[in-house]
Amino acid sequence: MSINKDLVAASSTALVLAILADGDSYGYAILKRVREMSGGELEWSDGMLYPVLHRLERSRLVESRWARAESGRQRKYYRITKAGRHQLADERRQWQTVHKTLEKLRS
Amino acid sequence: MDRNHTVVPAAGALETRIEEWRAHLRRSRAISGTDSAELEDHLREDIASLRAGGLSDDEAFLVGVRRLGAIDALTREFAREHSDRLWKQLVLSGDDGDGSIGSSASGRVRKMWVALGLAAAAAAAIKLPALFGISFDAEPAAAFYPRNIGFFTLPFIAAYFAWDRPLGRTGRFGLAAAFAAAAVVVNLFPFSVSPKDGPPHTLILTMLHLPIALWLGVGVAYAGGRWRGSDRRMDFIRFTGEFFIYYVLIALGGGVLMALSAGIFGAIGVGIEPLLESWVLPCGAAGATVVAAWLVEAKQRVIENMAPVLTRIFAPLFALLLIAFVVTMAATGRAIDAKREVLILFDLILAVVFGLLLYSASARDAASPPGPGDWIQLTLVGAALVVDGLALRAIGSRIFEFGFTPNRVAALGENIVLLVNLGGSAVLYSGFLRGRAAFSRLCDWQQFYLYILAAWAAIVALLFPLAFGFE
Repeated sequence: MSINKDLVAASSTALVLAILADGDSYGYAILKRVREMSGGELEWSDGMLYPVLHRLERSRLVESRWARAESGRQRKYYRITKAGRHQLADERRQWQTVHKTLEKLRS
Repeated sequence: MDRNHTVVPAAGALETRIEEWRAHLRRSRAISGTDSAELEDHLREDIASLRAGGLSDDEAFLVGVRRLGAIDALTREFAREHSDRLWKQLVLSGDDGDGSIGSSASGRVRKMWVALGLAAAAAAAIKLPALFGISFDAEPAAAFYPRNIGFFTLPFIAAYFAWDRPLGRTGRFGLAAAFAAAAVVVNLFPFSVSPKDGPPHTLILTMLHLPIALWLGVGVAYAGGRWRGSDRRMDFIRFTGEFFIYYVLIALGGGVLMALSAGIFGAIGVGIEPLLESWVLPCGAAGATVVAAWLVEAKQRVIENMAPVLTRIFAPLFALLLIAFVVTMAATGRAIDAKREVLILFDLILAVVFGLLLYSASARDAASPPGPGDWIQLTLVGAALVVDGLALRAIGSRIFEFGFTPNRVAALGENIVLLVNLGGSAVLYSGFLRGRAAFSRLCDWQQFYLYILAAWAAIVALLFPLAFGFE
């Protein structure tokens, strides 16, 4: 099963926020986490993640800072903001509503 | 040993390939240096994990790049998210509807004609009072020109943007109403110019401050009704800087032109100075405002970000000046002479520092990490705060010994308004440099301050005359 592109795009905000709600992280680790948690079924193109992160940053849902990684390279870390947590709660409700509706329609 | 031999040259080759990839990425203007650094970090980590999984360097590089996505697609995504970086480019044809990105050639020509028409209207407006016997030279006691100075130009600039942008009927009406209300109020003020003392102080204060307050109205028109978006406000700040530079350049050119024409007609014994003074100068000065506003929009690429370049040159110089001043004061033990005018001088210093900070912040990529330029800015702000603190301490207690005149209250108020701004900026800036706060906080603070400045200017322009009895 591969998930349709529009759905991937629509769910990206909620997923990124949910991962950052667990703790600060950076692009590559976020992507890895999505792959792990979805059992490899949610396949994000790597480069698409960053515009999403930058959009979230611009709308103040996440903050970023540069720090030195263990590799010695500069790395950009993201952290969820208060507004981000609110947004996440909101997104969760929306997805649950969709999910519940679908479930009810099956029975 | 064997292993080392195979790995070292291959790693070199890998570096070269990453280098090429990065160069290719940089060619796209939508992806900034920090974005490509972020993507590169991602690519390197991916390659490292692929190699740990047993792939060769070549394979790891190819898979990593493939995963990051084709560069074209990547660029498009970045361009969509960071449309502000394409601000100066005419690549994306105005599909985002913000109007600043020119579309067709015919559209550009139409804009030009509208701008020139409005410039002509502004030029005519400034001479219109002459029909009713009000001229610059024989200024009647009512002081018509000083109180209305902003209304000869700003409404025309606002009108240009109101025409160009999707402002909506309520926006246009509200803007016109605001300008009209200000015009009515200021013309009802009973200023009287006595031949002995010259114009009253409150009239001069109104003349200087009302255009600043009205400039916010231009900003609303500029933002095309999307004033609440912080990006539009920052664009307006950028616009203001470029507008100022264009206007100064046009004024310089105009000055040369007038001097030459006076000279050449003088050579054949025809004196045209009266014509230049009463027609060319005022009409040119008024019309040039609209032309400058249009040029900033139309030629964004030509004079790309002059204001930030100037701030980069002058911020360190100004910081040096202020530090040298403090050191000299400390070394010689001299105190600031608490004369009346001294406060205005320090107001000007704060205003310049405010401008330097504002324009360096407007040009800075909010996402890039702290650099040396940021330390210079913080030093500049810190030095300005110290110098102003010294000045306020010297004048503070004595300022009102001379009495509460409108000028002194305005000068002190201006000082406090700018001092609070720079103090807040210093706190946010040092928070940013210590990695505690995002740079965008500082930008938000500066943008928020537009309202404070406009409100203060409006208070001085419209309430001071009432409070001080039009003295």
